[in-house]
Amino acid sequence: MSLIATHNLTLRIGGQTVLRDVDIAVNAGEIVTIVGPNGSGKSSLLRALIGALKPAAGTITRAPDLRIGYVPQKLQIDATLPLTVRGFLNLPRRQPRDTVAQTLLQAGVTDLAKKQMTDLSGGQFQRVLLARALLNKPHILILDEATQGLDQPGSAAFYRQIEEVRRDMGCAVLMVSHDLHVVMAASDRVLCLNGHVCCEGTPEIVADAPEYRALFGTGTQGALALYRHEHSHSHDHTHDHTHDAGCNHAHGDQDVR
Amino acid sequence: MLDDFLIRAGLAGIGVAFAAAPLGCFVVWRRMAYFGDATSHAALLGVALALAFELPVFAGVLLVALSMALIVTALNGRSLGTDTLLGVLAHGALAIGLVAVSLLPNQRVDLSAYLFGEILAVTKSDLAIIWSGALLSIALLVWRWQALLSATLNPDLATASGVNPRREQLILTLALAVTVAVAIKVVGALLIAAMLIIPAAAARPFARTPEVMAATACVIGVIAALGGLAASFAFDTPTGPSIVSVAALLFVVSSGVAPLLKR
Repeated sequence: MSLIATHNLTLRIGGQTVLRDVDIAVNAGEIVTIVGPNGSGKSSLLRALIGALKPAAGTITRAPDLRIGYVPQKLQIDATLPLTVRGFLNLPRRQPRDTVAQTLLQAGVTDLAKKQMTDLSGGQFQRVLLARALLNKPHILILDEATQGLDQPGSAAFYRQIEEVRRDMGCAVLMVSHDLHVVMAASDRVLCLNGHVCCEGTPEIVADAPEYRALFGTGTQGALALYRHEHSHSHDHTHDHTHDAGCNHAHGDQDVR
Repeated sequence: MLDDFLIRAGLAGIGVAFAAAPLGCFVVWRRMAYFGDATSHAALLGVALALAFELPVFAGVLLVALSMALIVTALNGRSLGTDTLLGVLAHGALAIGLVAVSLLPNQRVDLSAYLFGEILAVTKSDLAIIWSGALLSIALLVWRWQALLSATLNPDLATASGVNPRREQLILTLALAVTVAVAIKVVGALLIAAMLIIPAAAARPFARTPEVMAATACVIGVIAALGGLAASFAFDTPTGPSIVSVAALLFVVSSGVAPLLKR
């Protein structure tokens, strides 16, 4: 049985449908990555999964007593709010000091507990966010473009940390990412989103799927794919008309696997 | 002891400082300065209502401030021009309140008492109301402190850890309405927002945690209240504005020493 699953999930924001008829499921221990152009509904999907966005239609099923660790896309801390890393990790529930120190270690940082949140570097900040998500020993870790604003080595190191966390804690990981090359290397399953699920499957299957290529280009390695991705928006509609056959194809492969 | 009007005034000032300062920190952190304005300016309408229906002023102000705070909360985030909308509400409420007070029949109302406060005329029962309100507001904040901070930091993050950001917003709204209702007698409708924001802003450079900032803001608020009271007595100036002037002065001093505190 899956940890969290959606059935015919449709999301609307301000009267606009951002996602329709989405069926996804994440099983224990697997790393699933969501890719898709800007505005394709990736963040909205994650917000619905954590309960911050009510479904306009469809359902979300969570395993009983499911613990979710959430790392938001960005966290702007107002300059008027003094907050130490320890204080941040104590929200909303106070944690024993040992737990805080140990969790920071798990997230790959040490000696930060007394620092001000606003004094952290980008990489440290992301790791503190990760530590906060790990505090409640989550069954599933949900990350929304967690490496935004990190440089290439920084984000590579961050993803290695995620894999390490998964190995140590055995939690599932559901993440949104723009780093396609990393996605392809680290994920068990990839979900390509553009207002609906275009295609899904193992990285290899998705990379070969016509929908994915229409969105991201034929190269799956880094720069080319990212470059193509920027130019793919105008093709969205033509792509939509042709997506059905390919979509079934991708699902078919998925089932065989 | 409470028979001395100066002692009553001092205690009233301290009560308002305690109610306003920690709440003011949230107003500053959440960038809700205009929210405080709109709610406190609406207080005047509450005064008019109370006088018209012969209710206690405190009850009228509480009712109107709460309604205004709820309206603002409901509108917040629904449209893009929140800033403009709050400006309209704040000044509209003030103007309508002034008109409403002037329309009251057979009543010579000392308007400046409600606009700028009348701390020297605080009675024992006023004092009881002020301190009850202050304690209620503080109790609300202490009770919900961690959850309020979570919701202030990021609504999604709060939701993911089981905190309902809308409920926390409502708690703040309630605390704000209570604070406005108890502060109108002391600093007046025009200057309540100042007692929320200035002590919190002045406390910021001295704090490394939210709790220290709130406590420091309390101390600064109390100094402003007592200093303003003394200044008003010494120079025969209006008390409410004197209190806010001292608070503003403390803010300037605090901003001046802030660079020296940086490592």
